[in-house]
Amino acid sequence: MHSRNSRPGRPGSRIKKLKASVAAGSVNVMYLPALAFVSVFIFYPFFRGIYISFTNWNGYSSSFRFVGFEQYLTMFGDKNVLNTIVNTFIYGLGSTFFQTVFGLALALFLDGNRRIKSVVRTVVYLPVIISPLIMGYIWYFFFRYNGGAVNDILALFAKEPVDWFANGRRSVWIIMLVNSYQFVGVSMVMFLAGLQSIPPSYHEAAVIDGASPFKRFRFVTVPLLVPAFASSVIFNTIGGMKLFDVIVATTDGGPGYASQSLSTMMYDLYFSKQNAGYAAALGILMFAIIVILSVMLLEFFKRKRVDL
Amino acid sequence: MIKNILKASGLVVIGLLYTIPLYVLATMSVKASSLGTSLWAPPTALYLTNFRNAWTSAHLSRALVNNALITAISLVLIVFVGSLASYPLARRQTKLNGFVSALLVSCMVVPPLAVLVPLYKFIVDIHGMNTYWAIILILVTFQLPLCVYLYTNFIKTIPRELDEAARIDGCNSATLFFRIVFPLLKPITSSIVILCGILIWNDYQFSVFFLQKKDVQTIAVSLSQFVSQYQNDINLVAAGCLIGIFPMTAVYLGLQKYFIKGLADGAVKG
Repeated sequence: MHSRNSRPGRPGSRIKKLKASVAAGSVNVMYLPALAFVSVFIFYPFFRGIYISFTNWNGYSSSFRFVGFEQYLTMFGDKNVLNTIVNTFIYGLGSTFFQTVFGLALALFLDGNRRIKSVVRTVVYLPVIISPLIMGYIWYFFFRYNGGAVNDILALFAKEPVDWFANGRRSVWIIMLVNSYQFVGVSMVMFLAGLQSIPPSYHEAAVIDGASPFKRFRFVTVPLLVPAFASSVIFNTIGGMKLFDVIVATTDGGPGYASQSLSTMMYDLYFSKQNAGYAAALGILMFAIIVILSVMLLEFFKRKRVDL
Repeated sequence: MIKNILKASGLVVIGLLYTIPLYVLATMSVKASSLGTSLWAPPTALYLTNFRNAWTSAHLSRALVNNALITAISLVLIVFVGSLASYPLARRQTKLNGFVSALLVSCMVVPPLAVLVPLYKFIVDIHGMNTYWAIILILVTFQLPLCVYLYTNFIKTIPRELDEAARIDGCNSATLFFRIVFPLLKPITSSIVILCGILIWNDYQFSVFFLQKKDVQTIAVSLSQFVSQYQNDINLVAAGCLIGIFPMTAVYLGLQKYFIKGLADGAVKG
């Protein structure tokens, strides 16, 4: 019996082998729970999503048929989808631009131990912990047509009230700015941490060599902030492209489809239009866009990196 | 001199920019009606009934309990599962472990809503709709990649000699991890709790789909329904929003040192 069990390919020997590799530490049970979580709630839905995207499933009925690449072909001819992709890029890249530029400016301005600076830092960081949905509602009160806070100011100057969210493109920009305003504190903290990691001796050496403040910023501070730039750009691009809450709170994607992001459009297609196959295909597209963009950004910053 | 004045006014402008929205929200919430007055005008009398009405009509007491419950259990699971997975990944850098690590961390870029359709169908199939466990498992899953990433990087900075010394003293793997390693992870654990705590507490994109019944809803979901129901009474809505942001703001102001450190940890190493 013993000799049979030890023959390769037998279940008994496989279990033994597995036990041996667990003991040797090459397979470790400690990460199995984590793998189980992502397998069940990320990988499995992801592959099932690819499958659904090749069907015309409506989201609840048990009958559907395979339509091949039809959903994808429709998608590329769909004006609303194209506009939504443009919006998603504005949300992602626009927010990234504003958060990185203003985050850096705020970090440079608010760096230091003065009490007042630390108070202002606390205030700038406050919106980060507020629910983006509620932040959206607050700004909705500002840009409302009737009795909105911005139109109240216009009235002071005897100007006609503006219906801010009536125009699609303008809504997209307002939402992008609200998102930037809320999360600029994240970039600020990233840059502050980066600034504090630069040894003061570097600046002292540059001063001795006669570098002007601008040159010191350009040739000492900026290169050493590359990791902070990388974090700020990658974090905010991914965050902005996933934008959902603020849009729901302000325009709900309107007027029409004008301010939808891929996230809100998918929600609308699945729950309001009962077009699950199409929504799944859109999900795959969104995944592809974000992965490609993330990889490109990671590569870009890897090359720019300077080590201390 | 002029430079100082410019600097001071810069500080004031930034400070105002970030307090004005809260000022407007607060003044709105204590007015009985906004008709005919500007949102900017300070209130003439305190009309606190808005808070009581918002509290009851948005079911906020229930929502608060749900939020606290979901956030607390999720955080315990994230810290436990995440630190447990990170230890071998950081210590034994075999090919397989490198692959597992890359697999887990790469999930960070998966946009949660990209898998919405199949995930929703799956949760319906396993009878997870309107249950605490389903939303908790989902929230935990989507925070795990970041958590594993932060823990792995942190564990790599702990000297290996410590493990070896403990082994010689007769620790097995379990006691080594729970008695020796885990207590050393306290700084990064507190950062992870804060970082993931904010995201889970404020979650809307998952909760709105999977928590459709009143008695399991969190603050964000309850408030969103409350706002669409009472959108003409913006003063009442403002009171609801103010209550909604209160718990997190209070915790933040009390523990701000840890919050900023937590974010810097998550960000710079990210």
